[in-house]
Amino acid sequence: MVSLGNVLFNGLAYGMLLFVISVGLSVTMGLMGFANLAHGAFAMLGGYVATTLMNKAGVPFLLTLPVAFVAVAAVSFVLERVLYRRLYRAGELDQVLLTIGLVFMAVAGATYVWGPGQQPVRMPDYLTGQWTVAGIDIGVYRLFLILVGIAVTAALVLGIERTRFGAMIRAAVDNPRMAQGCGINVNRVFSLTFMAGSGLAGLGGAVGINLIGLDPGFPVKFMVYFLIVVAVGGLGSIKGSLIAALLLGVFDVGGKYYVPEAGAFIIYAVMVSLLLWRPAGLFGRR
Amino acid sequence: MVSLPVASPQASDAARPSRAVTRLERRSRWRWHEILFWLSVASCPLIVPDDLVLASQVLIAGLFALSLDLLLGYGGIVSLGHAAFFGVGAYAAGLLARHGWGEPVSGLLLSGALAGLLGFALSFIIVRVRGIALLMVTLGVSLVLHEAAVKGYAVTGGDDGLQGIAVDPLLGMFPMDMWGRTAFGYSLAVAFAGFLLARRLVSSPFGLALQGMRENGRRMAAIGAPLRRHSALIYTVSAALAGVAGALLTQTTEFVSVEVLGFQRSAEVLIMLILGGAGHLYGAFIGAAVFMIVRDQLAAANPEYWFFWLGLMLVLVVLFARGGIIGGVGTIAYGLGARFRKGGTR
Repeated sequence: MVSLGNVLFNGLAYGMLLFVISVGLSVTMGLMGFANLAHGAFAMLGGYVATTLMNKAGVPFLLTLPVAFVAVAAVSFVLERVLYRRLYRAGELDQVLLTIGLVFMAVAGATYVWGPGQQPVRMPDYLTGQWTVAGIDIGVYRLFLILVGIAVTAALVLGIERTRFGAMIRAAVDNPRMAQGCGINVNRVFSLTFMAGSGLAGLGGAVGINLIGLDPGFPVKFMVYFLIVVAVGGLGSIKGSLIAALLLGVFDVGGKYYVPEAGAFIIYAVMVSLLLWRPAGLFGRR
Repeated sequence: MVSLPVASPQASDAARPSRAVTRLERRSRWRWHEILFWLSVASCPLIVPDDLVLASQVLIAGLFALSLDLLLGYGGIVSLGHAAFFGVGAYAAGLLARHGWGEPVSGLLLSGALAGLLGFALSFIIVRVRGIALLMVTLGVSLVLHEAAVKGYAVTGGDDGLQGIAVDPLLGMFPMDMWGRTAFGYSLAVAFAGFLLARRLVSSPFGLALQGMRENGRRMAAIGAPLRRHSALIYTVSAALAGVAGALLTQTTEFVSVEVLGFQRSAEVLIMLILGGAGHLYGAFIGAAVFMIVRDQLAAANPEYWFFWLGLMLVLVVLFARGGIIGGVGTIAYGLGARFRKGGTR
C-alpha cells in the first residue's frame, strides 16, 4: 500500500507541472476569450525543443528550459498574428475548429520530424535520485518540479500585481475600452500575454518530459487535463488554476494508486459535476 | 411532456392563410435539385458498384453529421462530444445483437431511443451552461462514457471492441453481404428517413423558433419562446438521431470499436459539418462525402501524415470558407443568378 504522504508529494509535483503548462491557457481562454485547444501543442513543441537541444547539440538541461520558453513564445507570436487574431471576434466554435486543425497539423508534423515514438531523455545526475524523509520518498526531480511551479507562481503574482505591465493587463481585462482610452495598446498587451502563456506551456512541456513523457500524441492525450484545470479553476484566474491543478494532480495520482481500475473516470466525473455546480469554475468571475 | 406546435395546413386554409404559413409551405416544397441529389445517391450501386462499403460509411457519417447539424447548425448549440450518442447507439445495437436480439430494424430503433433517452437526461444539464463551459461539459460527458467503455471490459470488450455480433437478415430477406449491397440499401433507407424527419423538423414552426434562438436568443425570449424547452427538445432529437447512426454503423459492420466514443470521432463529425456547411440539411451529407473520400485517398497515399492535410483543410475552411461547401456554392450560384437576371432584363 502506498502511503498517503507519497501520494500527496507525487500528486503535488504532477499538479505543479499541470499548473505551469495550463496557466497560459487560462489566460488565453479567460482574458482573451479564445478557446485555444492547441495549447498542448505549444507544450509539446517546448518538449521537442528541449530534447533536440539535449540529444543533438549536448546543451545542458537547465539551459534548454529558457530556450524552450523563448522558442515557443516566438512561434505563438507568429501564430497569433497570422491566425488567432482573425478569430477573436468569431464564436468559440470557429476557434475550436481552427485550433483542432492546428493540433492535427502539429501531431502529424511532430511525427514527421521526430518520429512516432517516445523521446528518450537523460536527466542530469543532480536531478535524479531519491531521499526518504519521515517515511516519504522524495524524488529529486519531483522536488525540482515543485520548485519550478512555486517560482512560476511567484513570478506571475509579482508580475501581475507589482509591475507596470501587470497593471496594464489588469486594466485591459477589467475594461478594454477604458484601457484603450487611457492610451494602453490593448491588442499588444494581450498579444504579449498570450506569448508569455504559450512560453510557459513550452517550459512546462520541457520540464515535464521526465514525468509524463513526450510523443506526437501529447497534445491530444493531455488536452483534456489542461482544459480541466482551466475550466475547474475558473477562466483567467491564476489562483483557481493553481488550486485546480494541484487537486487534479493529487486525485489523479491517488486514483492511479488506489483504484487503478477506474482510470481517468473519476477525474472526468469530478470535472462534469463541478462544472454543473459552478459553470464558471471554482474561482471564475462570470 | 414537451408538445410540438405543428402547423396544420387545413386549419389555416379554413381561416385566412397567414403569410408565415405560406412561407413555411414554400420552404418545405421539394426542389428539383433535391430530387436529383437523392436519385444520384440511390444510383450508387450502378455508378460505383465496387465502393458500396465506402458509400454506406458516407451515408452513416452523413446521418451523424445531420444530427449534429440539427443541434449546432439550427439550434446554435455547440457540442465537443457528440460521439457520446453515436457511441451509445453503436454499443446498444451491438449488445442487443450479441444477446439474442439480432433483428436489425427494431434494434436500430431501440438503440436510437436509448441514445435519445440519454440525450434527454443530459439536456437538463446542457440548457444550464453556455459558452466554453458547455464545450467542457459535452466533452467531459463523452470522455466519461469513453472511459467507461474502455474499463468495462466484461460488457464492452474494452479496447478490443465488441466482437461476434450477428445481425439477422434485413426484413428477414436480405442478409448482410460482403460487397455491402444490403448495407448500402439499409443505410440509404435509414439516412433518407432521418433526412425526412430533419427536413420536416426544421421547416416546422419549432424549427423556425430554433433558428430564431440561434440568431438572437434574447429577442426570442422576449417574444415568449421557451428557450430551455426548445434547446432540450432539439438536444434529445439530435442525440436519438446520432444514436441511430451509431447503431447503423454497428449493424452494417458487425463490429464496435471503442473509438466510436472517442474525441476524434466528435472532432471528425464537426469537421464534416463545417466542411459541408452547417445550418443546411445537405451540408452534412456533402461534408461527410467530401471528408470520407478525401480521408480515404489521403490515408492511402500518405498513411502516416494524412492528419496534417486534414488539419490544414480545417484551418483553411475556418479562415476562408465560413459557409462550407454549400455556402461557397450558394454564393457563386447567387452571383451567377444575379448576373443572369441582369443580362435578361437588358
